[in-house]
Amino acid sequence: MTVVNRRGFLKAGAGAAGGLLVSYVIPEHNLLLADTAGVAKLNTYVHIGADDTVTFTITKSEMGQGPLTALPQILADELDCDWKKIQTEIPSPEPVYGMMGTYGSLSVRTTYNSLRQAGAGAREMLVQAAAQKWGVDKSQCRTENGAVINTSTNARLTYGSLADAAAKLPAPTNVTLKDPKQFKLIGTSVKRMDTAAKASGRAMFGIDAKVDGMLYAVLARCPVFGGKVASFDATKTKAVPGVKQVVQISNGVAVLADNTWTAMEGRKALQIQWDEGPNAAQTSAKIRQTFMDLMPKPGAPARKIGEAEKAIADAPKKVEAVYEAPYLSHSPMEPMNCTAHVRADGCDVWVATQIQTGAQQTAAQITKLPPDKIKVHTMFLGGGFGRRGGSDFVTEAVEISKAAGVPVKLTWSREDDMQHDLYRPSSYVKFAGGIDADGNLVAFTGRVASQPFAGINNGVDRNAVDGIANLGYGASIPNILVDNHPTETGIPCTFWRSVGYSHNTFFTESFIDELAHAAGKDPVDFRRTLLAKNPRMLGVLNLAVEKSGYGKPLPAGHFHGVGVVDNIGSFNAQVAEVSVTNGKLKVHKVTCAIDCGVVINPAIVEQQVQSGIVFGLGPVLRQAITIDRGRVMQANFNNYDPLRIDEMPVVEVHIVPSTANPGGVGEATTPNISPAVANAIFKATGKRIRHLPIRQQDLV
Amino acid sequence: MAAVKFTLNGKPQTVDVVPQMPLLWVLRDTLGMTGTKFGCGMQLCGACTVHINGQPTRSCGMPISSVAGKNVTTIEGLSPDGTSHPVQRAWIEVDVPQCGYCQSGQIMTAAALVGKSNDPTDADIDEAMRGNLCRCGTYQSIRRAVKLAAQYKAKGGAA
Repeated sequence: MTVVNRRGFLKAGAGAAGGLLVSYVIPEHNLLLADTAGVAKLNTYVHIGADDTVTFTITKSEMGQGPLTALPQILADELDCDWKKIQTEIPSPEPVYGMMGTYGSLSVRTTYNSLRQAGAGAREMLVQAAAQKWGVDKSQCRTENGAVINTSTNARLTYGSLADAAAKLPAPTNVTLKDPKQFKLIGTSVKRMDTAAKASGRAMFGIDAKVDGMLYAVLARCPVFGGKVASFDATKTKAVPGVKQVVQISNGVAVLADNTWTAMEGRKALQIQWDEGPNAAQTSAKIRQTFMDLMPKPGAPARKIGEAEKAIADAPKKVEAVYEAPYLSHSPMEPMNCTAHVRADGCDVWVATQIQTGAQQTAAQITKLPPDKIKVHTMFLGGGFGRRGGSDFVTEAVEISKAAGVPVKLTWSREDDMQHDLYRPSSYVKFAGGIDADGNLVAFTGRVASQPFAGINNGVDRNAVDGIANLGYGASIPNILVDNHPTETGIPCTFWRSVGYSHNTFFTESFIDELAHAAGKDPVDFRRTLLAKNPRMLGVLNLAVEKSGYGKPLPAGHFHGVGVVDNIGSFNAQVAEVSVTNGKLKVHKVTCAIDCGVVINPAIVEQQVQSGIVFGLGPVLRQAITIDRGRVMQANFNNYDPLRIDEMPVVEVHIVPSTANPGGVGEATTPNISPAVANAIFKATGKRIRHLPIRQQDLV
Repeated sequence: MAAVKFTLNGKPQTVDVVPQMPLLWVLRDTLGMTGTKFGCGMQLCGACTVHINGQPTRSCGMPISSVAGKNVTTIEGLSPDGTSHPVQRAWIEVDVPQCGYCQSGQIMTAAALVGKSNDPTDADIDEAMRGNLCRCGTYQSIRRAVKLAAQYKAKGGAA
């Protein structure tokens, strides 16, 4: 049991319509604010109504990763309320919420402690209110399933019947949290809150928003990144029956119609002359050559320990390798879209977004309205994966509504979505390693060239080197040098599920296998030695090895490969079982062991482990975005085909019991499926895969 | 424009739209039934799957004129309360959906499979469902849920 004693961490009072309202702080919100002056410290609330409903605000978006279920589980466990009475609300952004967004696999790990304190604090007040009503000491009261029970008389008062009285009490300055052994909800596979809505077709995604009087819009954008409209002729478009308006905005020409299909037909009839701008001759090959040309030159140091280059030169064995990975599109199943209604006195935006604050600020800038006049309605997200952290589709919808003077639903076609994504950057990396006479890794260097997208510090793009500079084996390698060439390419890039790790772990975990091979050691034994100072990473490796039967006989033609990663505050190891028959790769099974600290909902963790693996497997097998003449060559799922059900390996998940603070899960397992598969292919064929996606020549 | 008559979720429906307009957009924009999803527009992803005369069909590639006189069932019409079809019950029991966007299409394809197969194997399921993409990777749960749905049907639920 933990006692929290900090003045002012909770605030209590009556809600607008009665009941008990407890406000509490989610520290993350304030940490992320550029300017915290004038921001109330209490920024999230739970409300208990006279009808026993428990409503609480969640400032996280639901894109499949489960916060609408997991966050209430944490709160409800400490509150001891009736699970069936929980309701959630996602509010429009306000300054008290700070930077409201869902990214970095942070939802559980940044709210866990605050939600427990809020639940325990509200429970404390309800107990106090019941004790006063009965005229007994609160030690004679216990709580259960949304009611306070008098332990001497067995009298029972529901939370709803106590809420108004509790609201008149001062907020507690200290609360007692449950001993984890007392948890009833945390650690259990409570059913997801959103399943029935999603199984019935009633769940409302961004693309399902509907506003009275709205028109349906599509936008013609320059196919070349950075290009603009030079001139256009909409005569034929306006002749299409059902087309209502054609308006030019900053990013292209919008066609508005009385349904989406007609708007698409109208767009086909547009005649636009584009000014293709400075990127019109860009190609993937040129970008790759630029990266290659940088490899002989030192980059900005991201990590330096000892004298790595000298140690490699002096080492009896030296291994060098170059790895590369392409641009990738997010391609969530729900294409980008946004519904906006700009008026003189305000603006409403209905959107599937990972960054509500960004959506609000975007709309405020375009409309010149104050942010509090912009209401952001968060819809279900039909996948996010980082893509919906952008607000480009909000910019477009708000500009169109403003120009057209009507509410507008802007829908991107699949082609729009794939060819105007913000991409996972391509990356090119040169590694070297030195091995001593006993087969120990004594030095490691990595030089990374990649497109930066979120700032450069001291010459280094942190996202480009994540997973290399902070390699999980680092504590056991005496000499390390990782440097970086952040390189502009003109291709818009952003966060993609697991970010730098998504390719860097493929590079490092494949290269570690190469080093093990050069050292004459089994790849698992080689890793174990390097992980002596990283017990949680070693723990998942050992568990995955044990559960997969690594090292024991497999069916004829089947081979195991290993990949391990520590990212987003969690640790996981995967053992992939593959076969390569007549040039055809099959991934039969993946055994994953994950240590993500305290687990809120094991079933959701298991879903996310599977999900991350599927997301990482497509780019192993075939997915790649390539650039020619400044534009994307792929357009739809026929040439950017994700993993399908007949390719789904059996994924077996083993969760390490832990009392550590929760780690992230949503992005945990995407990075290391690729090296696990590639390392298994090496065992099958003797060919080292250093390029994603795998090419046919790699398999024969 | 031309009036097209068909049966939608058991009730007569008339729409007056351009004959080439795909059923998907008639459902979503003209009739406001948004349970059927737009995913790719090229019959590659299965998000828009509905039943036409009982057959799972991609509504994004189906001109409304071709639907005249036919029986169309969408996710909204699969069961009277929206959750009681054996496939929906199994989906809820297994907690299949993650983001959920592809799931209307997955459920409609699975309902057709369960309607004709009492004991589908993994291979049957893969064959029937490989046209339905899921970016969240719910495939392993789908295999479990389809088998469970077949059991529910065998115990007496309509499918």
